[in-house]
Amino acid sequence: MVQLVHEGGGALGAPPGTTGRSTMEWLVRRAESVVIPLGAVLVGLALFGVFLLIVRWDSSRSLGAALDEVWTAFELMYTGGFGTAFSIQNTLSRAAPLLLAALCVALPARLGLVVIGGEGAIVLGGLAAAVAANVFNGAPGFVGIPAMAIAGAIAGGLWIGAIGALRHYRGVNETIASLLMAYIAIALLNHFVEGPLRDPASLNKPSTAPIADNFWVGPIPGMDVHWGLIVGIVGCVLAWILIDRTTWGFSARIAGGNVRAAQIQGLPVGRLILVFTALGGAFAGLAGMFEVAAVQGSANGSLNVGYGYTGILIAFLARHNPLAIIPFGILLGGIEASNGLLQRRLGLPDASVDVLEGILFVVVLLSETLYGRFRIFNPELRGSRA
Amino acid sequence: MESDIGWWGVLIAVIGGAIRVSTPFLFVSLGETITEKAGRINLGLEGTLVFGAMIGYGTAVLLSEAWVANALAADPTVRVDVRMYESAAWIGVLVAGVAGSIFGVVHGILCSFKRVNDIALGIALMLLGTGLAFYFGKPFIQPVAPDLPAIPLGNWSDVPQIQAALRVNVLFLIGIALAFVLWWALRNTRLGLIVRVVGDNADAARALGYNVNLVRTLATGAGGVFAGIGGAYLSLYYPGSWNEGISSGQGLMAVALVIFARWNPIGCFYAALLFGGAGALGPALQSVGVTQGTYLFNAAPYLLTLGIMILTSSRSRALAGAPGELSITR
Repeated sequence: MVQLVHEGGGALGAPPGTTGRSTMEWLVRRAESVVIPLGAVLVGLALFGVFLLIVRWDSSRSLGAALDEVWTAFELMYTGGFGTAFSIQNTLSRAAPLLLAALCVALPARLGLVVIGGEGAIVLGGLAAAVAANVFNGAPGFVGIPAMAIAGAIAGGLWIGAIGALRHYRGVNETIASLLMAYIAIALLNHFVEGPLRDPASLNKPSTAPIADNFWVGPIPGMDVHWGLIVGIVGCVLAWILIDRTTWGFSARIAGGNVRAAQIQGLPVGRLILVFTALGGAFAGLAGMFEVAAVQGSANGSLNVGYGYTGILIAFLARHNPLAIIPFGILLGGIEASNGLLQRRLGLPDASVDVLEGILFVVVLLSETLYGRFRIFNPELRGSRA
Repeated sequence: MESDIGWWGVLIAVIGGAIRVSTPFLFVSLGETITEKAGRINLGLEGTLVFGAMIGYGTAVLLSEAWVANALAADPTVRVDVRMYESAAWIGVLVAGVAGSIFGVVHGILCSFKRVNDIALGIALMLLGTGLAFYFGKPFIQPVAPDLPAIPLGNWSDVPQIQAALRVNVLFLIGIALAFVLWWALRNTRLGLIVRVVGDNADAARALGYNVNLVRTLATGAGGVFAGIGGAYLSLYYPGSWNEGISSGQGLMAVALVIFARWNPIGCFYAALLFGGAGALGPALQSVGVTQGTYLFNAAPYLLTLGIMILTSSRSRALAGAPGELSITR
């Protein structure tokens, strides 16, 4: 296990104290974990601008024209992600599975586990939900939809929980195991969708039988965004309460900081690992269920489009804090939503969003080294030679 | 002819496949062995592999096309084809190795900063490497590049399947030689000793006056060279074209394979053959007409890797031969 979350002095410490001074100090310390990730995002975006400047260099253009193009790219990212009511709804629809996928990384990470195979839980959650829809075909919606959700959550929970079990009982490295299991899950999806569960009517795109009309999850009233967004936000809040406000969460944070100390204290490290991995997997499974019940209408290859991998980046951007996952998930949803516009207007390849996400990821990890170095956030450094 | 050998054909195809498919596993795992022996783990080799495949192929395409154009400019009647320019493929391998070393050195330098986690950074570089490969690789999906040369070792037999199975690529032979050289060098040379000391006990290495971060950065860079070459093999020999699905986890399986091989380069060779055989099982069964469950057979290498990890890991005892500073074994 590795220590993934480095809690600053104030983060684990007492909530705002009684005196004005300590409240101020608490706020200032907390500000560090807001300012540094935001700064990292800005640096990452700037580096992406430099990347565009270099790869689209054309000696016949002036530097000003090249800079103009980079600026246009950022403007398009904003317009495509957040500029209009339509693009905001598009962004929020994309954010829904990302929030749930990020929880699959963030929850185990609080215990020091790097689980990167959330894609597998999404894929199998979607497949299980489609199977449940088939089994409950003919039942009313208030039976069928929960059945799909439960099936998706159980499938995802078992899949990622198994990785936690392997880690705890056999000492199998969870990072590699989770990614291998994601590939196995995708193979299972392809096998069932193109074999035993294939709907003969799905010619161009092999799919399972479509779910019944009354099993479709509709939009949130007044918006064109499905309920998965609300479930994702509620999931993030619940996960935050679990980690920050319960004994279980406290134990998990101790174990994530120092597993030996936790064992000596008699904390149930094994049970914590199983619960946190299974819970994370259940959230990712729900993401797959909403893709089936609100977007695709059946399980097919579109379940495997990389939500799990973007979720890894979001969890690390949020430093595995479930509440911070919400804004970062929406930010990344916006970046992905604007990709089409960038392709159409600037002729960028669709992989440019992958490049941007890779750059952001590297910069965010590098920013970890800055914590505890700024005197403004760390009063104890003042007076001493920093 | 096909029916004469029947199921033997599957076995021959698996053996031939093991030789063909194992080379990238071998190169990536040898590279990762060097990196891990120095005490760091680089999960980014998957991205390095994909980027190496792209840039190796792209280099070979551009070079050979330029040479064809040159030849035609000199004499428009000459019959030339990009496939004639084998040396373009070799230059592609070289460029892929250089690109890999850049990825490795970046990983090494960034990990030298305090509190930067090597596993997480590897994931980031994996995403960045594949992203960059897809970004620049679009124009190379269609064009044809020259292949790396293969040596026909099966001409003694008149069974075409055996001849096909024993067409051995030069890189495979180089990989075997490298495995033995590396095994010897890690044990018997000063450089090997420095790498092992840094990987086993950073404090002891510092006390001896070695720059731990520098050694690790160079070891990660060397690992990147190997992974880049492994990628070039994928695109320039087998499967022998560039597309976005070219790797699907082979770089990652190779990292798991290093653990299975107990950080022993010769063990990496055997493990790579085993994984290559597993990877060849799906296509081999398909070739004799087994079409049921193709996807499940294609998942055999992942299942095998996972099974081996479960069998060889242990909760209580440290793995024999594991470098002491390695984060995944602590």
